[in-house]
Amino acid sequence: MIQGRVVYVLWRREMIKYFRARSRIAGAIGMPAFMLVFQGMGFRRVEFPGLPASIGYFQYLVPGIIGMTLLFTAAYAGMSVIMDKQFGFLKEVMVTPASRTSIVLGMISGSATTSLIQALIIMMMSVLLGFRLPFIPAILSSIVIMVLISMIFINIGLILSSVLKDFHGFSTVINFIAFPLFLLSGALFPVSNLPASIRALSYFDPLTYGVDALRGVLIGHCEFSIALDISILLTLSVMMVFASGYFFRRAEAI
Amino acid sequence: MSAIIVKELTKKFGEFTAVDSVSFSIETGELFGLLGPNGAGKTTIINMLTTLIIPTAGDAEIAGYDLRRDPARIRNNIGIIFQDPSLDIGLTGRENLEFHAMMYSIGSDERKKRIREVLDVVGLADKADILVENYSGGMKRRLEIARGLIHYPKVLFLDEPTLGLDAQTRRSIWEHIRKLNRDYGTSVVLTTHYMEEADYLCDRIAIIDHGKIIALDTPSGLKSRLRGDCVSLEIEGEADIFSAALGEKDWVKEVVQNGKMLDVIISDYEKNIPDIFQTAGVLGIGISSINFNKPSLEDVFLRLTGSTIREQEGSRKSVRRERMRRRMLR
Repeated sequence: MIQGRVVYVLWRREMIKYFRARSRIAGAIGMPAFMLVFQGMGFRRVEFPGLPASIGYFQYLVPGIIGMTLLFTAAYAGMSVIMDKQFGFLKEVMVTPASRTSIVLGMISGSATTSLIQALIIMMMSVLLGFRLPFIPAILSSIVIMVLISMIFINIGLILSSVLKDFHGFSTVINFIAFPLFLLSGALFPVSNLPASIRALSYFDPLTYGVDALRGVLIGHCEFSIALDISILLTLSVMMVFASGYFFRRAEAI
Repeated sequence: MSAIIVKELTKKFGEFTAVDSVSFSIETGELFGLLGPNGAGKTTIINMLTTLIIPTAGDAEIAGYDLRRDPARIRNNIGIIFQDPSLDIGLTGRENLEFHAMMYSIGSDERKKRIREVLDVVGLADKADILVENYSGGMKRRLEIARGLIHYPKVLFLDEPTLGLDAQTRRSIWEHIRKLNRDYGTSVVLTTHYMEEADYLCDRIAIIDHGKIIALDTPSGLKSRLRGDCVSLEIEGEADIFSAALGEKDWVKEVVQNGKMLDVIISDYEKNIPDIFQTAGVLGIGISSINFNKPSLEDVFLRLTGSTIREQEGSRKSVRRERMRRRMLR
């Protein structure tokens, strides 16, 4: 049973807290922004094998950094659940008549929105640094892809948060998961340049398809096909929503 | 009609039985206290009755709904003030209340009205738009009480409502609890390990130890179990003779002799204390000190649970234990 009001109030709470915590925004943007500036500017003139000459490295990098932003902000969404657990607020949520499904959907929608905002900020920064944006329809489809990417990683974070109890455990595990996912995804360089054995791993990384789809719509270059990317992303994100719903119903509030 | 009916409720955590076949019922509009030392099982009972954890065995009915079949309806009809803080400190007081009201699907106009109302009840109307992280401990507690009231619960659970608060704030919270019980007719279940809190607030008290109810009565009913007022005397001379002489009086209920120390349980102390001195004078026995105690809930508690009070915090307790030890050494 989904209660719209419950989803809305949880989403709104996330928004209020997001816009109140300016340092959080700055902190979360910092890392991808640095990557964009230094990696992007520093390697600007480098020619990668497997990359058409018409697409400069900076054009190639921007969708990757957008993917990275989504990965890290979304995966850390579970952190706010851990905080709520430690501050006792989760108990207050769980003791209300709101259905567990609505509570999970509220959390997902809030975090998806904040991840999307972060990614769009990075996109705007990249335009200032010289990124050539495509036309509006392509930007809109990239937003859909961004939402799908964030859904997958938000739910990984939520599942972890239902199992783990403290901040340190959570951030250690999340970093251990997120960094390999980031590096394997081809966000920084074409996956085709990796040795075959490592490249095989990258095909199990959801972000590989996310970044590829973003490149497809934003710079018109992708290794797989956009249709394949999107169907994998869509399937995974739906599966993950159900999985985190399952874990969340099982988890004890106290 | 009963607000709560509990039948042989049991909760085990692995091998450990936290709550052991507890049964009681609470009338609508009653202020009911669960009194016991830390770890006695009070919070576990509350967590079961508020649907947060599932009982190992037994049944309960809250506001007319079955605990096992209708947890969602129960959640709609109860309010809880947890022992540990449970506010979002990153939101303002009003936002916390709005969040809660919306979780209970209270419509916009009604919500505004009720928020204003509960803020007035706890006296936080002028602080409502400050971030909760800037609230004092007492203000946070009052906000939690306001939040527990906003959906007009039929039964309100308060788990250690005044734990760690100063005397003045504690008083004001007691007044709030009484007021809402009176004005809204809300049935209240509270847990506490403060004797005076249970004594002052509750219509009836269940004393809980090791997961069991060991007594259930009104505060005065519990105190009358001690069968009178206690006069402690220190004697110079033949204590045995004096003890026997006092034992013959019909207003003396019990004499406990411990060397030179006599604990005399008497009725009508106003009339009979002079008689103690007279008796001592006739027998030529000197009284070197006298101490008089009206029974408190604390004495009842000690009598029922034994002298071991498993208290970790609270200097009050250690002072008491120290006093007990000195009394035994004498």
